[in-house]
Formats: sequence, structure tokens, C-alpha cells
Amino acid sequence: MLEIKNLQVKLEEEEKQILKGVDLTVEAGKVHAIMGPNGSGKSTLSYVLSGKDGYEVTGGSATLDGEDLLDLEPEERAAAGMFLAFQYPVEIPGVGNMTFLRTAVNAQRKARGEEELSAADFLKEVRAKAKTLKIDAEMLKRPVNVGFSGGEKKRNEILQMAMLEPKMCILDETDSGLDVDAMKLVAEGVNALRDEGRGFLVITHYQRLLDHIKPDVVHIMANGRIVKTGGPELALEVENNGYADILAEVA
Amino acid sequence: MALPEVKQTATDARLAALSLPTGGCLEGARRAALSRVQTLGLPGRRDEYWKYTQPDTLTQVEAPKAAVFDTDEAPMFDDFDRLKVVFVDGVFSPEESDDLSLDGVSIERIADICDKDIHWAKDLYGVLEARGQSPVARPLAALNTAFAQDGLAIHVTGTPSKPINMIYRHSDEGSDAILHHVIRVDSGAEATILENGPAASRFNKCMEIDIADTGKLHLVRAQGRDHERRAATHLFARLGSESEFKSFTLTVNGVLTRNEAVIELTGDDAVAHIAGACAGDGDFHHDDTVFVTHDAVNCESRQVFKKVLRNGATGVFQGKILVKEGAQKTDGYQISQSLLLDDDSQFLAKPELEIYADDVACSHGSTSGAIDEDALFYLRSRGVPAAEATDLLTLAFLAEAVDEIEDEEIASAIVTRLEGWLARRR
Ligand SMILES: Nc1ncnc2c1ncn2[C@@H]1O[C@H](COP(=O)(O)OP(=O)(O)OP(=O)(O)O)[C@@H](O)[C@H]1O
Ligand SMILES: [Mg+2]
Repeated sequence: MLEIKNLQVKLEEEEKQILKGVDLTVEAGKVHAIMGPNGSGKSTLSYVLSGKDGYEVTGGSATLDGEDLLDLEPEERAAAGMFLAFQYPVEIPGVGNMTFLRTAVNAQRKARGEEELSAADFLKEVRAKAKTLKIDAEMLKRPVNVGFSGGEKKRNEILQMAMLEPKMCILDETDSGLDVDAMKLVAEGVNALRDEGRGFLVITHYQRLLDHIKPDVVHIMANGRIVKTGGPELALEVENNGYADILAEVA
Repeated sequence: MALPEVKQTATDARLAALSLPTGGCLEGARRAALSRVQTLGLPGRRDEYWKYTQPDTLTQVEAPKAAVFDTDEAPMFDDFDRLKVVFVDGVFSPEESDDLSLDGVSIERIADICDKDIHWAKDLYGVLEARGQSPVARPLAALNTAFAQDGLAIHVTGTPSKPINMIYRHSDEGSDAILHHVIRVDSGAEATILENGPAASRFNKCMEIDIADTGKLHLVRAQGRDHERRAATHLFARLGSESEFKSFTLTVNGVLTRNEAVIELTGDDAVAHIAGACAGDGDFHHDDTVFVTHDAVNCESRQVFKKVLRNGATGVFQGKILVKEGAQKTDGYQISQSLLLDDDSQFLAKPELEIYADDVACSHGSTSGAIDEDALFYLRSRGVPAAEATDLLTLAFLAEAVDEIEDEEIASAIVTRLEGWLARRR
């Protein structure tokens, strides 16, 4: 589904290489996890895949179901099925959460040549999905992420994912800032979306999230590269021993 | 003191082209206003108060031509239950207007009052304008008082069941309209006034509003969209105890607009909110000049102005809060912000506070910025196309000003108009 080959990325403004040849393939129906020390390039990878400005791809490729992602505008990637749950969700004063969700859902439908969702159907769907994530009606009315707690913001990301039903979901540290119960809610939200046709890339520092969202494959990223790939046991190793051993082993 | 020669010549030329309406109870006020104009002279490029806005086309003898805006969009407030008062190129049109009788309010033409010897309007016409000439001169308002051809005297005595909507139609490419309204709101009375339309190629409008203790007035105006039209408007309001005045102005298009608001809080516990949203594209210059004076205890004033500018458009804000000695417990707030959609556009702001009381809370802020790139990317990453996302953020930026409108139906009419403006520029 998502195929990344030798992806090299530097900052646009500086001569700073951040991704130094990332190879990664996420198959449909699978959950891949990426772990790795701070600053290793995990968020950068997620941003580059979703089309954020400020980065320059100096080599390699990234495709989604064969379609070249790097050539597309962010909104085109979204319409093609790409979704990023942000490590730091953005606050947008003045734009209501509901308006935002509806605009996004309908924009994607339009881009795919589907009919827009009626106001009534949309409302019904949002309410149902918000309820399972314990997002109350009042939060839906507020401006996007404004005044939301850290955990509320993360749940709001998952609500957006549930509404947009993307093919490829990247979750960047969605577990950070979540209390134990909220983590379960989020994991349930993700698990409910697990499907044969959908791929997941879960970036996290902790095993705890992976207890709830069982990964098929775990990658370790360090210094702009995937340095090791293994099964779920790799995450446990990191949890118990940190990165030192792994990094020494590949060095 | 003699005026500088350039100013003298310009003033003489302009005055020579106008004739003072004579007779009736307003003649004294008109003559006094004429002498104010003669003393002050019309605004010139050198005047400090006109530093950011060139007054030439507003003061020159002939109104520059302005094409009539052609649109199939329904006029603003068209579907509202309202009392319509229509002016065409600055002249009252009885045929297009509704019957002016409405419970809780009396509406008369200034032109009709002129025949009378005694009328309440005599105590208001030119009075607030004259008070508003200091500490800063506003000669275009005095010119208006002297020469206004038409206008309304509105006396709100109760709570009219619907808003009064002044509709200013523009039909002649060279029209030059001078309108003067006086509005008196009695104690306990409350009304909403709506205004829309360009009025003329060049429009000089003056509105004097006197609100008695506990009276309330809401004013919402949507200035005309004719691209080449010019307007200089003055709003003078005096507020009694526990009274309330809330005004909102929407400006889209128009080559030149100068809106002055002079608000005086003279009774304790009064509330004045002055807000405006404008959207300009290209040859667009929009100036909000506001002067709020607190001269009573425990009053609240808010100034909220938002401007969206693109393709070299210019926005100006000159806003002052003056807190006089003894005006304790004053709560004064002022914010002026611009959203610059490109590097060619500019926003010039001069916020001022002058405070002579010690127990007050006043704050002011002015910012100028571009679209928030992070917010834009966030929206796009959810599939919202860049243009639509920019519009959404632009409306969000204007929302703080639009939110000052209490009535939801009116606010949504304003938002619809802004959405239309943005959509036409995609
Ligand atoms: N816009 C930028 N400007 C400057 N440096 C940047 C920028 N974006 C990324 N970097 C740098 O690139 C490196 C990788 O950052 P990135 O955010 O991708 O790391 P990460 O693996 O997500 O870390 P964390 O686990 O702390 O979230 C860091 O050294 C970071 O400082
Ligand atoms: Mg990160």
C-alpha cells in the first residue's frame, strides 16, 4: 500500500539532511510501528508523506497504491487516502470543529467524485463516532482544538480519522499526553478502523500503546534511517533496554 | 488664523459649488456649520489626521465618476422583515420606500423639518458634530451639516417591531450625495437600524445619535460594493447612563472609504461597541478613524476592527480611547488587526490611549499578519483545497468582529456576503 524507497529529505532553508534513505513498505491490512530516539526523523517522515512545506526531497520515492505521493498537493494526498494524526494538532481559532469536519469530509468526497454528505447524515455520523471517543457535543461546537486539553486534541485527531476513513493512517505519537483510559479509547478507535484495505503506521515511544494496538511489524528509526525491523518483540526490547544495544548492534 | 493658501483655495472652490439650504429651524445650525468649515478649512494632505488617507477626491469640487455595480446577487437584508427607506443618489425616494409609520418610532425627512420652526431635531442637528470638532477637527462633517440635501430625523420612543433599513441606491455615475441623519433614542427605548448600499459615486454621510439613559441602539451597515465609489462617513454618538450603542460596519470594495466614529460616554454604566470588518482587493483604501471618550463612571467601550487586504489594498486604523478625569472604573478595549494576503498590501495603524483617571482597565492591540501556515497545512492535510482553506481561515479571522453583532440573522447575512466576496476571488 505505502511504499517508501530510499527517501532522502533535507530542510529547504538549511543544508541539513534529516532523512538519509528511508526504506519502508506498509501492506494493506497491516499495522507497522516506528520507534526511535528523539530527533531521529519520525515526524519529518510523516510530514513529508503528507506534503508539508519546508522540506526538500533530494532522492527516493514514496507511493500510495502505486501513485506518486510526492508530486501531489497535501489535499490531493488526503483525497488519495493519506491521513496524519499530528503529534501537535493545530489550534484554529474562529473555525468551528463541526464546520471543519464537514468541510473536510465533503471536500474529499468531492475530490473523489462522490456525492456530498447531507447535513443530517453528517451530524448523525459525527455524533455517533464522537460518542465512542467520549467527545461531547460542546467540544464539537468549539473552534478546532482551541482550549482542548492535550488528550482531547489527540481524541479529536482520531475522530477526524474515523470520519475521513483514510486508506493509510499515520499516527504520530498519538499516545503522548493521554491518560490510561483515553489511551484505551484511542486504541479502540484505531482498532475499529483496522481493515483489510487499510494500513497503519504508528509512531510511538512506548510499548503501552502497542499493547492495545498490536503491531504486525516494528521498525527502529535512528539518524534518518530505518536501522532495524522486526516483530512485536522488538518494541518490548526497546521498552526494557532502551536503544543503546540496538544502535550499537547496527553501527 | 488664516488657512494655508492651498487649503483656502480648495475650501473656497468647494464651498462656491454648494448652496446652503435656507429657512426653517435648522438654518441656524447650517450657518454655524458653514462657519466651522470656513474656519477649519477642508482636510488636506498635510493634516496629521489625514496622514494615511488622501482626502483630495473627497474634497474636490466634482465627484469622481463611479460605475454602478452590476450584480444579480440579492441586495443585502432583502429577505428581512424591515421598514425600508430608500435614497437614490442621496435623494429620498417615496415610491421605493415603505410607509414611514411604525409603532415606537417616528421617522421624518430632514427636508420636511426644514419648513418647521420648532422641532426636536433642532437640539441635535449639528450639535454632536460641533462637539466632535475638538480635540480633532472633522471639517467634512461640518460641511455635511451645512449642506446636507436630505436625511432622516428618527425619534425612537419605544421598541419598534422591526429594524429600520436605510437603503442607499446608486444610479448616476457622477452623483455626489450628502446625507445627514439625526437619531434620538428615548429612555428605555430600543431600536435596530440597518444601512446598505453605496449611495452615490461620492457619499458624505453624517449621523448624530443621542441615546438617553437606558436607551439602546444597534446599528449595522453594509457599505456599497461599487468598486469606484468613495465615501466619507461620520458617526457621532452620545450615550446617557446605562445606555447601549452597538455598531458594526461591513465594507467590501469601494476605492476609498473613511469611516469616522466619535463616541462620547457621558452617563455612568453605559456601553459602546464599535466594530468593523472590511475586505479589499486591489484599488481599495479603507480607513477607520475612531475616537471614544469616557466621561462617566463604570462605562465599557470596545473597538474591534478587522481588515482583509490583498493585491495592494490598504487598510488604516486610527483609534483612540480618551479617559477623562473622574471616569473611574472605565473598561476600554481596542483591537485592530489586518490579514495581509500578499506582500503588496499594507495596514497602517495608530492606536492611542490617553488616560486621566487612575482606576481604569484599558487595553489596546494592533497586529498585521499573513495566513497561519500551520493552520493552512492542517486543513489541507484533511483534504480541504488550499483556496477553500484560505477562505475558511479568512472568515475565521473576521469572525471576532462579526461576532460583535448580537442578532444572529444579521450576522449570518454579513457572513454570507463575505463568503460571496471570497468565492468570487478564488
Ligand atoms: N523545520 C525544521 N527546522 C529545523 N530543524 C528541523 C525542522 N524539522 C525537523 N528538524 C530537525 O530534524 C530532526 C528530526 O526531527 P523530527 O521532528 O522528525 O524528529 P522525531 O523523530 O519526530 O523526534 P521526537 O521523537 O522528539 O518527536 C531534529 O533534529 C529536528 O530538530
Ligand atoms: Mg516527532
